[in-house]
Amino acid sequence: MTRAWILLAIATASLAPASLATPALAAPKSSTVTGPGGITLRSVTVDLPQSDREFPGADAAAINNNCLTCHSAGMVLRQPPFPREKWAEIVNKMIQTYKAPIDAGDVPAIVDYLAKR
Amino acid sequence: MGQGYRFPLIGRRGFIAGAAALGALPASRGALGALAQDAGDTVFTTAFPQKGRMILQRTRPPLLETPFEVFDQGVFTPNDRFFVRWHWAGIPEQVDVATFTLKVHGHVDRPLTLGLGELLAMPRLEYAAVNQCSGNSRSLFTPRVAGAQWRHGAMGNARWVGVPLKAVLDRAGVKAGAVAIRARGLDEPVVPDAPAFGKSLAIDHARDGEVMIAFQMNGEQLPLLNGFPLRLVVPGWYSTYWVKMLCDIEVLATADDQYWTKTAYRIPDTPHASVTPGETGYAQVPINRMVPRSFITNLEDGARVAAGKPLALRGLAFGGDQGVAAVEVSADGGATWRGAHLGRDEGRYSFRQWHLTAPGPAAGPVRLMVRCTNTAGETQPLEANWNPNGFMRNVVETTTLTAA
Repeated sequence: MTRAWILLAIATASLAPASLATPALAAPKSSTVTGPGGITLRSVTVDLPQSDREFPGADAAAINNNCLTCHSAGMVLRQPPFPREKWAEIVNKMIQTYKAPIDAGDVPAIVDYLAKR
Repeated sequence: MGQGYRFPLIGRRGFIAGAAALGALPASRGALGALAQDAGDTVFTTAFPQKGRMILQRTRPPLLETPFEVFDQGVFTPNDRFFVRWHWAGIPEQVDVATFTLKVHGHVDRPLTLGLGELLAMPRLEYAAVNQCSGNSRSLFTPRVAGAQWRHGAMGNARWVGVPLKAVLDRAGVKAGAVAIRARGLDEPVVPDAPAFGKSLAIDHARDGEVMIAFQMNGEQLPLLNGFPLRLVVPGWYSTYWVKMLCDIEVLATADDQYWTKTAYRIPDTPHASVTPGETGYAQVPINRMVPRSFITNLEDGARVAAGKPLALRGLAFGGDQGVAAVEVSADGGATWRGAHLGRDEGRYSFRQWHLTAPGPAAGPVRLMVRCTNTAGETQPLEANWNPNGFMRNVVETTTLTAA
């Protein structure tokens, strides 16, 4: 639990400036820009769906606690089977290249989960 | 970065779900069964804004695939069915057209900050062009490779309207010695120090007069998930270069050394970008132009047709970075080919429809192959390519039917 709340705090802190800089309340829905030929662009506000989906299974705590920060579970669950070394390479890429804040101690459990198929 | 947009607080529910999962979950189903069961399922969604029914590959950041039947409905892919692919989940949920700006800076005489009104007032360009993910059809690679498990629906064709990138670069005054431009969108990583998405094009390509900053797609503003309000259109090249929510163009005096160009989206520098599984030590280059492809769209794999009756076939083809010169169909494993009739030419970079009435098939399995030859004489290969990233598939596709 602690780990998740720390991550939440990090994510909130890193995103807060962008959120505060342009208050969501401004919501200029009626705003338009029109150019020659009658082309008009209208401001857009959407709600992107979030995912509540978790990795299933009793051994999914590590993957659920670390991997949902950056992406939902669906694409991972749609991967074909890969050997453990391939999953280790993928998890390592997430950490080294994409800077996923994954506890080093959780890596074996994540790789085990993904490889166990 | 520009103004006029806001980011959501990302991943709240993801975190909560993650935290909840730390508690006990029923152990009735292990990872093995669950993963295997999910692997073969196609999940559809109508939950995304400005989008109709799509195949859900991933919710966050969104990966949405166009259901294949959409390609049988016309040569242009409707905006609400056009595929969606984002790298990072930091996608603004609001864009204000009055305050949005595009910055042009770097190795230029006059750095610019252009509002949408200024862009709309510039001379325009319009053409049809196919937008296709580098990894379209990746799920068909053998052996399988990691990545979004697209079938053929990570592509679409639209009529784009915008301003030539060249005109914007000329307005800024590219300095002598410039080698490339790097394009960035409003999307942001959700973790600190991660590489923000950006792609670069050689300066001559950027100034070819065809690369476009698009603000219209099929006669409408772009759906937010397809890059509203501005998207780079690089006709004939893979979608990775078509930067969405384009807000920043940097003119570079040295080669782009950032991750997304230097390391990611690279292909083997071999014919058809193909290597042997396990092979190492080959040279790699950034993925670039597209190659010809074609599809039967009115009959899906496994369809039943009447034996002995003429078989009406219809489909789409595109030439990659060239026009379509010919589409042919074979019912005998590629031994003989029959030329199809080509539909209206919507331009070099567009899908082109084709149709053909094939002789009635004998009862039993029917394997139909379709191939496109482009106006440069390049034909789809009969053998599938393979590379570790699952890029650039363009083998002749086979549709297997049963005649009875």
